[in-house]
Amino acid sequence: MATETSTRSVVPQGTLYRGREGMWSWVAHRITGLLIFVFLLVHVLDTSLVRVAPEAYNAVIETYKNPVVGLGEAGLVGAVLFHAFNGIRVMLVDFWSQGPRFHRQMLWAVGALWVLLMVPFLVRHLSNVFGG
Amino acid sequence: MAAPSLEAPRSTPYRRSTSRRSNYEMYSWLFMRLSGAVLVVLVIGHLFVNLMVGDGISGLDFGFVAGKWASPFWQVWDLAMLWLAMIHGSNGVRTIINDYAQRDMTRIVLKTLVLVALVFTVVLGTLVIFTFEPCPVGPDGAFLEGVPSFCTS
Ligand code: HEM
Ligand code: HEM
Repeated sequence: MATETSTRSVVPQGTLYRGREGMWSWVAHRITGLLIFVFLLVHVLDTSLVRVAPEAYNAVIETYKNPVVGLGEAGLVGAVLFHAFNGIRVMLVDFWSQGPRFHRQMLWAVGALWVLLMVPFLVRHLSNVFGG
Repeated sequence: MAAPSLEAPRSTPYRRSTSRRSNYEMYSWLFMRLSGAVLVVLVIGHLFVNLMVGDGISGLDFGFVAGKWASPFWQVWDLAMLWLAMIHGSNGVRTIINDYAQRDMTRIVLKTLVLVALVFTVVLGTLVIFTFEPCPVGPDGAFLEGVPSFCTS
């Protein structure tokens, strides 16, 4: 417990966004948000091919059906799920009276929920991508 | 002798702050949270239906999209997701630009690019949903290659 006490004296307590979990979750929230935004621009563009011709859309979708893009999709879903659950956490910190007090515990809940959904998703998605 | 009187406040009605700026940033902050709450349902629902149900990613093709957009339910779903995600995302990127781009000119250029991308993407995506044709025909009146099987039966 000696180290615990000494960290406490260096890192100011009651800080939400400076250092440790509060700051790293904010960095991750920012990076995932940016990533999803860039994806969405491309996503609406390629979906618009349905207005060009069925074959044009199908041809592009066909080029996406490979392991590299498949893993990219898994990464995107991971980013969306983190951003979504951590976003709820941010809202609870802002609006729930006990939010700031439990912000660290809530980050663990975000992580647990993320693992809980990613496992069945990865099983399903990767067997589609790598299986027949 | 008259009782001592208190001086009236300098201004009425009393204002705590002298700032007369608009509340734009407060509404933007609130919008991020409200849109985020709705997007949780829309985006996770979108991913679940397209990646987990049925054949998952292997089942996606023109026929899949035609099947979904035959129903106004999915049209409205996608429309709301398009608008909310694009405005939420653009507003978020605006915050990021304000944080890191130091020169005035850099900020103006980057934010203009984001605004152009926002308008272009929302208009394109909206048109695509509303003008979608599940069984398109060519100039010769025949169905185009790759139309879903329900067109011909
Ligand atoms: C790998 C993941 C994804 C796949 C495979 C996928 C697939 C699709 C497909 C097949 C459509 C056509 C219509 C429909 O199915 O409803 C579509 C449309 C759409 N998707 Fe996704 N999607 C993915 C991720 C996302 C994410 C993360 C977002 C939001 C940030 C999103 C936003 C949209 C929007 C707004 C439309 C409507 C586009 C338009 O108006 O033209 N999608 N997506
Ligand atoms: C899935 C549901 C979502 C939730 C619950 C959510 C929640 C939030 C919240 C609460 C914030 C504000 C954070 C703060 O003020 O500190 C935020 C920021 C942001 N979001 Fe989302 N969001 C979601 C989806 C999306 C999508 C689809 C995109 C991209 C198109 C996106 C991009 C961003 C960006 C770029 C920021 C700015 C990050 C920053 O300022 O550091 N979000 N999100």
